[in-house]
Amino acid sequence: MISGKSNNVSISSQLLMSLGPHSDCGCVRSQRTMIHFILLFSRQGKLRLQKWYTTIADREKKKVIRDMLMLVLARPPRSSNFIQWRDLKIVYKRYASLYFCAGLENQDNELLALEVLHRYVELLDKYFGNVCELDIIFNFEKAYFILDEFLMGGEVLETSKVAVGGCLEDADTLQETMDEYMNKPAY
Amino acid sequence: MPAPIRLRELIRTIRTARTQAEEREMIQKECAAIRSSFREEDNTYRCRNVAKLLYMHMLGYPAHFGQLECLKLIASQKFTDKRIGYLGAMLLLDERQDVHLLMTNCIKNDLNHSTQYVQGLALCTLGCMGSSEMCRDLAGEVEKLLKTSNSYLRKKAALCAVHVIRKVPELMEMFLPATKNLLSEKNHGVLHTSVVLLTEMCERSPDMLSHFRKLVPQLVRILKNLIMSGYSPEHDVSGISDPFLQVRILRLLRILGRSDDDSSEAMNDILAQVATNTETSKNVGNAILYETVLTIMDIKSESGLRVLAINILGRFLLNNDKNIRYVALTSLLKTVQTDHNAVQRHRSTIVDCLKDLDVSIKRRAMELSFALVNGNNIRGMMKELLYFLDSCDPEFKADCASGVFLAAEKYAPSKRWHIDTIMRVLTTAGSYVRDDSVPNLIQLITNSVEMHAYTVQRLYKALLDDISQQPLVQVASWCIGEYGDLLVSGQCEEEEPIQVTEDEVLDVLEGLLVSNLSTPVTRGYSLTAIMKLSTRFSSVNRIKKVVSIYGSSIDVELQQRAVEYNALFKKYDHMRPALLERMPIMEKTASNGPTEIVQTNGETEPSMGESKHPPPIGQPANQANDLLDLLGGNDVPVIQTTMPTKTASSGGELLDLLGDLSLSGGPAPAPAPSVPTSQPTFLLDGISSQPLFNDIAAAGIPPMTAYNKNGLKIDFTFERANPNPNIAVITIHASNSTEADMTDFVFQAAVPKTFQLQLLSPSSNVVPALNQGTVTQVIRVLNPQKQQLRMRVKLTYTHKGSAFQDLSEVNNFPPQSWQ
Repeated sequence: MISGKSNNVSISSQLLMSLGPHSDCGCVRSQRTMIHFILLFSRQGKLRLQKWYTTIADREKKKVIRDMLMLVLARPPRSSNFIQWRDLKIVYKRYASLYFCAGLENQDNELLALEVLHRYVELLDKYFGNVCELDIIFNFEKAYFILDEFLMGGEVLETSKVAVGGCLEDADTLQETMDEYMNKPAY
Repeated sequence: MPAPIRLRELIRTIRTARTQAEEREMIQKECAAIRSSFREEDNTYRCRNVAKLLYMHMLGYPAHFGQLECLKLIASQKFTDKRIGYLGAMLLLDERQDVHLLMTNCIKNDLNHSTQYVQGLALCTLGCMGSSEMCRDLAGEVEKLLKTSNSYLRKKAALCAVHVIRKVPELMEMFLPATKNLLSEKNHGVLHTSVVLLTEMCERSPDMLSHFRKLVPQLVRILKNLIMSGYSPEHDVSGISDPFLQVRILRLLRILGRSDDDSSEAMNDILAQVATNTETSKNVGNAILYETVLTIMDIKSESGLRVLAINILGRFLLNNDKNIRYVALTSLLKTVQTDHNAVQRHRSTIVDCLKDLDVSIKRRAMELSFALVNGNNIRGMMKELLYFLDSCDPEFKADCASGVFLAAEKYAPSKRWHIDTIMRVLTTAGSYVRDDSVPNLIQLITNSVEMHAYTVQRLYKALLDDISQQPLVQVASWCIGEYGDLLVSGQCEEEEPIQVTEDEVLDVLEGLLVSNLSTPVTRGYSLTAIMKLSTRFSSVNRIKKVVSIYGSSIDVELQQRAVEYNALFKKYDHMRPALLERMPIMEKTASNGPTEIVQTNGETEPSMGESKHPPPIGQPANQANDLLDLLGGNDVPVIQTTMPTKTASSGGELLDLLGDLSLSGGPAPAPAPSVPTSQPTFLLDGISSQPLFNDIAAAGIPPMTAYNKNGLKIDFTFERANPNPNIAVITIHASNSTEADMTDFVFQAAVPKTFQLQLLSPSSNVVPALNQGTVTQVIRVLNPQKQQLRMRVKLTYTHKGSAFQDLSEVNNFPPQSWQ
């Protein structure tokens, strides 16, 4: 019932090509699920974070970002959070002045993707304490570190908020210890 | 050398820029500073500089000169350096740059580092952007880490392995041993990533799939624990324990149960449990329900469970949350083929969604509605869909119109309803209708014989209202041209007939010709329609005038038509009535598209010089009887008459296959002149008779005797027309062994519906006695589906003063003639 390969017009085609030869196993390949990218941008269209889980050229990345900005920012206020774009599902949610946008495979569960985005926001909130856009602007590298403890390779890595929080704290401690030695501020 | 400014300082500065140009200037200045700092190989501030570079990269400025610096940071011993270095590698590098391979060694070292967070960084980078070469080199390390007892590393190694497998599928085997006790872990992170890894392996290899089927009980147990266990603060989301893990397990169960009865049975209970017990007030519960429904529909579940799943989707449709409604419609669209009846139950809710404000929901609802249309609900559904067509956004109109036509064609309860529906679409969404609909509609209209008067009347009235919608105008002009006589006759069975004069009709058509709204194609239609009316109306002079005016039109297409029609008035006036006669009923060989015979043009006007003369529409009832007589029952044959021959004398030598019927408005058919030779005298351009056939092609097909009775023997010989291997060319040879001639000999043939037949002129209609000569006639049969050839023949002749008639079936065609 769920069938169909992605048509070769988009990022997914590059993903498929980069996966190496299809081992001819005759099983259903169409069940691929993963997040292709995560973008954070402001209402004015300023990019605050971009995480790509597939290999695509810089030019293509810029195009995707432009398309996402156009699609998402143009949505009327009370629409659903899902958009069909090329052969991906786009899930987006607005938190205060920031849009969180994820590109999913067609077989992915978009309701769960909303939960994924929400969880990321919660992690940011826990880390920064009442996170706002400025936190993410001035500490963008931390936003990436947090994301990398939550997702990896387009999949959820850790489902416990406590565990993620703990790792980040530990790693930060590691950082300061080393730099205390150098007696210089981090950066 | 002053210390480079700090990252946050730079960010603050850049944000004060008021214009793009100002920002660019700041960035350029800082880039220059960073570049010189890199050149000095400054270890202390490299980290800070790269961080600033990454910020500028996010703003959209080039940062490739920092790629090597990222590698140096990765190689550093400081954790801070590594953290920024790996981040930089993930942002600035990918497998397209050769430089990335230099990372491999660093990553390898870091995978074996003493600090787990360093190992974690390496795993993360490899798992996000590792190329196939890197994956091949480092797979062993990842596999090692997959077996560690450190859950922080284990979960990262699992997802890294997923990435490796995606990049280099051949390496999948090496991870198999490590998966042995992955599911016995208590740590949710490890459990989750393990399920992802198992899913990836099962999707890629049927062997793995069968191997892992034995895990179903274990997965069911884990899922059960998640549902039944009490509140767990660490994993709780709105009262549900670890929804991410639940969904992943459900998906893996789906893959394992898909074509396997035993596995499907083993998971039946837990699926029912999840479906009934999950809290639906929040999005998270619905996410799990959604996944459950997808799993139920995909495995071999029992019917009760399937109905439960569809009902959940039905409930979703009533949910206030738009997202849930959207997801429900998408899922129902996927299941409508397999569980059609169950989905039908929710039809009214689905139709309500057509009125939703959200564009994505409307589109899904429209697609689903079309999928649900059937013979029973066609009237109600069409009402809703037409209402939707009226009010929807332009982006939907074309698809909706096509869908309406398709559905109407399949399930129309009556011809009148069908015509009315078409009219409704043309008048409300006429300009959005697809171009290929016009010929389809024309074909439909011609086939609804009894509705012609009604149709042309309605179309005429529509034209009076609005001539801007081109498809409507084109169909209307064609119909007026074809059935204009019915229009002015003032007779209409279905509704109140309108009174309109010939001049009024011509006014409308001429109006189309001059209007700015008409496209060139439309003008062509209306000119042809005017021309056709010359045989149906009496005001021929007016038509002649119009046609001659357009003989000097700037539009080449119009000019050509007008010139040809002019010629038709002058030199070929005797052919005019025949050429402009009513169109025959057009058959379709396939249900999807018009046949090649029907037309490639929209107006199906026969061109001069080569025309298939149609039997008059005035006697459809008789014809139908004859047709049915010949082949009986279901097979309505397509009977083609002979081609008219080009002679100067009479208006076309026409041998109507149905012989006796007189042609209204056409010249009296003269049978082909009796030429007592076996050679056909009239050759048509392009259609050659038997001497010209390629005998080499004929070599393989043996001749056969089709009929042999009362002294009349008919043999068939075969050739294949080379250009089209689907066409079989049969020549009949009729010989007479009795002592008296057989005169007025007429040979007719009919074939089943999937074939098409064309009968050329016979050589003579006298079969000389005592086998002194034969009458030959060529039959061409088109057999696109390569079905077995069958034929019914009807023979009439006069012998010794009495008329003979015989019907016979020919079934003994050699296989080569139709294969």
